[in-house]
Amino acid sequence: MFNIFKSIGRYTLLMQKVFSRPEKRRIYYTRIMAEMEALGLNSIGLTAIISVFIGAVVTLQMAITLESPFIPQYMIGYATREVMILEFSSTVVALILAGKVGSNIASEIGTMRITEQIDALEIMGINSASYLILPKIVATVFFFPFLAIFSMLVGIAGGYCIASVTGIMNPTEYIDGLMYCFYTDEISYALVKMAFFAFIVTSISSYCGYYAKGNSLEVGKASTQAVVSSSISIMICNLILTQLLRT
Amino acid sequence: MIKAVNIIKAFEGRTILNDISVEFGSGQTNLIIGRSGSGKTVLLKSLVGLHDVDQGAIYYDDVCFSTLDFKARKAIRKDVGMIFQGGALLDASTVAENVKLPLDLFTEQSEEEKLERVNYCLKRVNLENAHHLYPSELSGGMVKRAAIARAIVMNPKYLFCDEPNSGLDPQTSIVIDNLIHDITKEYNITTIINTHDMNSVMEIGEKIVFIYEGNKWWEGTKDDILHAENRELEDFVFASAMAKRAKMAR
Repeated sequence: MFNIFKSIGRYTLLMQKVFSRPEKRRIYYTRIMAEMEALGLNSIGLTAIISVFIGAVVTLQMAITLESPFIPQYMIGYATREVMILEFSSTVVALILAGKVGSNIASEIGTMRITEQIDALEIMGINSASYLILPKIVATVFFFPFLAIFSMLVGIAGGYCIASVTGIMNPTEYIDGLMYCFYTDEISYALVKMAFFAFIVTSISSYCGYYAKGNSLEVGKASTQAVVSSSISIMICNLILTQLLRT
Repeated sequence: MIKAVNIIKAFEGRTILNDISVEFGSGQTNLIIGRSGSGKTVLLKSLVGLHDVDQGAIYYDDVCFSTLDFKARKAIRKDVGMIFQGGALLDASTVAENVKLPLDLFTEQSEEEKLERVNYCLKRVNLENAHHLYPSELSGGMVKRAAIARAIVMNPKYLFCDEPNSGLDPQTSIVIDNLIHDITKEYNITTIINTHDMNSVMEIGEKIVFIYEGNKWWEGTKDDILHAENRELEDFVFASAMAKRAKMAR
């Protein structure tokens, strides 16, 4: 229990360092762009593959489960849309990105720590926490919501494709279902959640890497810890945000 | 000039530095020597502010560095260069980007001026053709030379080197030693080198401090070291069979 409070304290102090005034904004702008490419653009492929298959599988499952003369077919499209927008594109994609981006950040910063690159930055008078972590946080908080939108579109398209290819339902009914009872608030809710999750994944993973010590084995442990802690935090945050934003 | 006054540093109850007082002059190569685990890296990192000392004070010229906060230290750190054991170049940046980083962050120079300075520093360490190489593409000696270029790019007043010769062959070690020594003289830098390489001691050591089990055991010059009446120092200096034979012959 004491360790948890100690970690929360150290995490808070690290975030205080991260959000202190940057040395030179132009340098940070360049780094933010580089991080957007490394952490955001490079995650598009994975997001697309997972979203398209999940969209297709959800449509198939719904079609099989909701097979009843009393339930209109367009409900399958409606249910797929709701699943994709409300939970999959934000929460599940965030969990997947915690694995990909989180471990990448923790191992990158952890390696910099054990090879004294962070010490070298400190010696130069650079706020290493801000220089290394802030661009990553800004990049992901800004970019991950776009990944969520992309995931929604690709997932819904996956559902449409499976409906067309297998003939399990009428694609026109699927489109009707997508447009049934559509509220744009749901999109805003998903994007707000994704921005929170982006912050959680990046800051926790950076924290795990920043305080890594020892050898490459410890970097591996930090990387694993980053994924586990980020995932748990995402689930807790998801519950709180859903309670706050949807009720 | 850098001065440590009665510094004590302990980790988890274990004292690593025990009441060390020492002064390092400017324009000379000061060497901290000692066996592995003697505490010389902790001493160097304490001097440079990577470890906060538990007791005592560290002065950079007349400023008490150890009592300053992060912001106040930042002003002094612009005058500090450090060469780490493994080079500590940023893996994701090229050699030129590594050297240019302090200029980008702390100067208002134009891009041309910065490139000119980077070129000068890389030429000074004979790395003029390595601008676009990444650290993973460099040999051990090149990494050390790139680290020296980065350390001197801001014209430092204080230069710290943590075992600059580790992992290098004897010839490359001499090149690195001479480079550090020449730069020290050229810019009148206070240079402190951590080493257990006796070749470095005899080549460039002007002031030598011997650390033994966390204590300052001896200090003097490279001429004094061969005649010092100190058993632990003798054991360290004449550790190799060849050195022992040379001593017997003397």
